[in-house]
Amino acid sequence: MTTIEGKTGPWEMVIGLEVHAQVIADSKLFSGAATTFGAEPNSQVSLVDAAMPGMLPVINEMAVEQAVKTGLGLNAKINLFSEFERKNYFYADLPQGYQISQFLHPIVGEGTIILDLEDGKTREVGIERLHLEQDAGKSLHDQHPTQSYIDLNRSGVTLMEIVSKPDMRSAEEAGAYLRKLRSILRYLGTCDGNMDEGSMRADVNLSMRRPGDPLGTRTETKNVNSIRFVQQSIELEARRQVEILEEGGTIAQETRLFDASKGTSRSMRSKEEAHDYRYFPDPDLLPLKIKADWVESLKSELPELPDAKKQRFMDDFGLPVYDAGVLVADQETAAFYETVAEGRDPKLVANWVIGDYFGALNRTSGANLGNAPVDAAKLGGLIDLIADGTISGRTAKEVFEAMWDSGKDASTIVEEKGLKQISDTGALEGIVDQLIADNPGQVEQYKGGNVKLIGWFVGQVMKATQGKANPGMVNQLLKKKLD
Amino acid sequence: MAVDKDTVARIAKLARIRIPEEQQEALTGELTEILNWVEQLSELDTDGVEPMTSVVAMSLPKREDAVTDGNCADKVLKNAPEGAHGFFAVPKVVE
Repeated sequence: MTTIEGKTGPWEMVIGLEVHAQVIADSKLFSGAATTFGAEPNSQVSLVDAAMPGMLPVINEMAVEQAVKTGLGLNAKINLFSEFERKNYFYADLPQGYQISQFLHPIVGEGTIILDLEDGKTREVGIERLHLEQDAGKSLHDQHPTQSYIDLNRSGVTLMEIVSKPDMRSAEEAGAYLRKLRSILRYLGTCDGNMDEGSMRADVNLSMRRPGDPLGTRTETKNVNSIRFVQQSIELEARRQVEILEEGGTIAQETRLFDASKGTSRSMRSKEEAHDYRYFPDPDLLPLKIKADWVESLKSELPELPDAKKQRFMDDFGLPVYDAGVLVADQETAAFYETVAEGRDPKLVANWVIGDYFGALNRTSGANLGNAPVDAAKLGGLIDLIADGTISGRTAKEVFEAMWDSGKDASTIVEEKGLKQISDTGALEGIVDQLIADNPGQVEQYKGGNVKLIGWFVGQVMKATQGKANPGMVNQLLKKKLD
Repeated sequence: MAVDKDTVARIAKLARIRIPEEQQEALTGELTEILNWVEQLSELDTDGVEPMTSVVAMSLPKREDAVTDGNCADKVLKNAPEGAHGFFAVPKVVE
């Protein structure tokens, strides 16, 4: 069990996450206005989104489909009957004076998500519910000394609020939850998961307790917009609560705001007082009824999801759990790996993709699988040269760097640089014979039982050939001559 | 069910309606009467009756996911007391 040590003993964190995920759809939840990110202010606003009197909401069938797909991807119960309610509050970027959301009857009920933790361990976290709701507009507070500017382009865009059960016990698990959820959403194509554009935002519910005790009072830290900040805000809030509890204080159930630039958080008491949402069924919208056979047909069209793909990579390719987990985290990476692995040694390919290839991608700014100088075919070509003994694994690293810099294929580089491995027995035999003749002392020692000296002999042959000798053959030859 | 003055004040605040102190007393009486009148419904035995969600025999109409609206910032902003650079401009509301 993960605990944190206070002055008076260990404490356990209890964490639940509410994630707002923007649904991928061309138009909004209840209007035909566009949803593209970064458009001119108020250019993607219909009179429905601006809440003009007499305008009526009409639901986007794509939003419903995306929510159901996401529910299926989370192994969750799909509710064939759900209902929209009004959540009433006043804010400058909420022209209706209420948000259309789902409260008593969400479209998706309980499900599960499997976290991939360090060293291949997994942990199951429960999903409480998923419901559909409208996003609010955007307020800019730093453009004018006494005014806030409001852009309603985001107003009415479809969000899925995905609520976990309070099943997480550390910042690491919260990070793993968000990464896995994002991976599933991207596989499904229901949310792009771009936290820096606000397409995915998290509210963190956290309380502390003595191990084995009932749940303590929780606080909610709102709208944290990166996985790293979620983890930082958890560490910060846990320490804050432990300090209060150990001094005999009580935790106020409140909403807090995390300031990533300062690494601090503060209470949002002013909002707290106004939180009496007076939910009631939206009279403009009938209940949402969907059919079981439609849900079934969506289920049959789901892509292979990360957990299933991971298992397949382990079963079919014999990959260790860590490699499989890394390769399936992202759909494009998994597809890239499968292309390169086709007809080749799967473990060797996994090592190259995870090691040198990811390394090169990470240190080349702006590079991704789509535009990298080395594509799947070229990486495959390099691995073929290792497999057929043309170059050694060590030389391959040098060839790879040259491929990355020039975009040329492996055999061209090997040809140009004269890196072809010497696998010609005759040539190698000559070098080995010469070496043995020149170093009678070392030969004596080796024959006297110092077998580790074989390494020295191999090194000398490598030196004589500028590293181009086939190390396997050199070993064989040496043993044949010396033993 | 009786509504007291504090409740009237709280509901007014939530609804952002200014109700002067001297009118609040009268409203407690009116709201109480309304609630009591509606309360008569609970005299009916509704055990085992499924809640009715609508009086019309139709299901929720859905639309295709297509961009058919928007691009009318001028109309959207027309009634705004103040605008600037294409935004609504409102008194500062920073937390």
